[in-house]
Amino acid sequence: MSAFTMPSLGADMDEGVLREWLVGPGDPVRRGDVVAIVETDKAAIEVECFESGTVGRLLVPPGTRVPVGTPLAEIEHGREPAGPARKDTLKPGTRARPAGPEPGKESAGRAANAVDSPARPAPEPSGEAACAGAGPLVRHLAQLRGVDLTALSGTGPGGRITRADVEHAPSPRAPRVRATPYARRLARDLGIDLTAVRGTGDGGAVRGVDVRTAAQGADVRAGAQADAAARPAEFRRESEQRTPPAAPAEEHPGRRTDTMRRAIAELMSRSKREIPHYYLATTIDLTAGQTWLRRINRGRPPADRLVPAALLMKAAALAAREVPALNGYWRDEGFVPGTEINVGVAVSLRQGGLLSPVIHRADTLAPETLMAHLKDLVERARRGRLRGSETTGATLTVTNLGEQGVESVFGVIHPPQVALVGFGAVVERPWARNGMLGVCPVVTVTLAADHRATDGAVGARYLTAVDRLLQRPEEL
Amino acid sequence: MTATRTRTPAPAAAAEGRTTYRDAMREAMREAMRADERVFLMGEDVGRYGGCFGVSLGLLEEFGPERIRDAPLSESAFVGAGIGAALVGMRPIVEIMTVNFSLLALDQILNNAATLLHMSGGQLEVPIVIRMTTGAGRQLAAQHSHSLEGWYAHIPGLRVLAPATVADARYMLAPALADPDPVLIFEHGSLYNVSAELPAGPGFPGIERAVVRRPGTDVSVITYGGSLPKALAAADDLAEAGISAEVVDLRSLRPLDDATLGDSVARTHRAVVVDEGWRTGSLAAEISARLTEGHFYDLDAPVERVCSAEVPIPYARALEAAALPQADTIVAAARRAVGDPAPARADTADQRPTAGRPS
Repeated sequence: MSAFTMPSLGADMDEGVLREWLVGPGDPVRRGDVVAIVETDKAAIEVECFESGTVGRLLVPPGTRVPVGTPLAEIEHGREPAGPARKDTLKPGTRARPAGPEPGKESAGRAANAVDSPARPAPEPSGEAACAGAGPLVRHLAQLRGVDLTALSGTGPGGRITRADVEHAPSPRAPRVRATPYARRLARDLGIDLTAVRGTGDGGAVRGVDVRTAAQGADVRAGAQADAAARPAEFRRESEQRTPPAAPAEEHPGRRTDTMRRAIAELMSRSKREIPHYYLATTIDLTAGQTWLRRINRGRPPADRLVPAALLMKAAALAAREVPALNGYWRDEGFVPGTEINVGVAVSLRQGGLLSPVIHRADTLAPETLMAHLKDLVERARRGRLRGSETTGATLTVTNLGEQGVESVFGVIHPPQVALVGFGAVVERPWARNGMLGVCPVVTVTLAADHRATDGAVGARYLTAVDRLLQRPEEL
Repeated sequence: MTATRTRTPAPAAAAEGRTTYRDAMREAMREAMRADERVFLMGEDVGRYGGCFGVSLGLLEEFGPERIRDAPLSESAFVGAGIGAALVGMRPIVEIMTVNFSLLALDQILNNAATLLHMSGGQLEVPIVIRMTTGAGRQLAAQHSHSLEGWYAHIPGLRVLAPATVADARYMLAPALADPDPVLIFEHGSLYNVSAELPAGPGFPGIERAVVRRPGTDVSVITYGGSLPKALAAADDLAEAGISAEVVDLRSLRPLDDATLGDSVARTHRAVVVDEGWRTGSLAAEISARLTEGHFYDLDAPVERVCSAEVPIPYARALEAAALPQADTIVAAARRAVGDPAPARADTADQRPTAGRPS
């Protein structure tokens, strides 16, 4: 038996809230299955299991905030599930990640998939598909009670979800806090999250005095911690599917943004405080890239066409292979090179804030695959539906503000990484080449790098490599 | 019954300024009869004997048999006669020996006194005042000790008063007589000998309002009648433990003064209701429900109730005491409410409803 623990979903994550279990005791799980949803300061994230086996006891109830590394559930290894885990059949979107190191094959498969089906099924478990095994009564009941059928494991024949399953399903609402009505009112008035208040009343009930104490504490601590805990329970898709809990519903989006803002503030302050940045920029002629893109996009439906961003991303990843000193982490003891090139992609959110989901081994992915990943990640990041493995492990971050129309971006490094690559908009400019002046598509690529880890010459080599790679797009 | 009568010589007025609850009540009747010739007193042994609890001692001599009328032992008959007199314009004060016996007149009180105004389309007012003794604590056993005022408080058409202080005993009667509708006054048997300085008339808060007898900040102890002295004693004990209890005297059991109760609970966020009636279906239940309805978001603890054990009130002194709300059970409830559990009391008799017969 082993323990499934609270994963670290980012270098800056110390603790997380287990928001929802997607498996129950006795469920078979395979490495890569999504088993739980964890809420960090930034987002609700689907967390995968890194082992195969059977889920034993769930050690932490939903709604609990625990430090990274806390055991959340037991995984028993007695027997491997025979077929594909049931979750796979239930949830088309949550495909198991490749277990072995066969990235080429896998990515080719994914690419083909992406190319073949223009209307890619949403990575989100779609309600209809998930409910396929559930009869109308069960579906009706589920809707009535706000139960997410995709989160249920059926006990009927063939894993079918039965009426009893729905009736016994835990309420989707936030875990009930034992609190007196007065404490609730006070908490609302003072903006205190009851889940973060330690109750001293009967059976641990939160009473007025506890809320007052918490409020005083929150004032002293400048609210950072308390607010992190003050995260609304329901955020993700619940807003559409479920009735949010009455009281704090109106505060949700603002609160979430606040929390994320604070997390970003913390991280960026740390970066600027600790990392001596140096900045380099170069403008690259993208004629070759554009020509190549035009050629391979010919005949493709618009949805499948490659955009320059994919090329730039691939070039940035490959260049890191050539200049490994920019790919990795700065630890106390010095620079630790990354074993893979995992590119974090800065994604701005519509409601404000940003996330940086990760494309693992981006240097090994074909531009089409890269692009499919990129689209998928951006879409899911904006819906707050990222998986654990997709938020961790970035060794280098790329930000592309081109679509915002700016020409260059001098970024702030995401600690403990040592470099951040920025792309601006691809624009047409008068461009001299071989003594001739012409109008060319150009892009400005910038590098913000940690001067503790590298010097300007290394950075210069990197940008030169990006330039050179982009001149041979067919080799990317 | 006669064996337990407490006959005290009529001290027309005790030591200067101080007076007893009994004397205050008598003085109130005397004043009413002097002021209004329509007022008369009727009941068992009220005349020659001076009242079962000595309240009307000396009134027969002063006002004569026309106005101080001994009634035959038929509660239904003399309460009915009183209602008839009220209907034709008199202002009768009818005394019933104890609330237990009032059940014999319940038909008159409920079906006639409380309903005639309604049944007559507003033509027939019934300005009767019915006084009776209630409560336990004097070893009068199960047929003379119950607290059934909560039952009367259930009935629309009645006003139900529970004077708990000498001042209320002295000053509640006049506005009760002035009320054109039937008024029931419940005098707790344990209060008759209580003496206090009688404040001057003005400043009397009327018969509509509950009154805060002792201000406090941590818990509202809501009570009435015979339980008020116990609640005040409990508040003293609580104060020693650093808990500031506010004691609210209901005074009027119907209608209830929701505003005063609510204001108190809005300040203290906790309530203990002390009611000598049985817990199930009690006035305490009604108050608890109202506080929950009206002040749910003020409550920081479940409303506590301290009621009588659900048994016929025992005769044996120790058992009787154990069956009733006492200062220490009130203290324990208040401590539970403020979340400061004291050295636990084994006694939870008042916590559970029990059948009359041990099961």
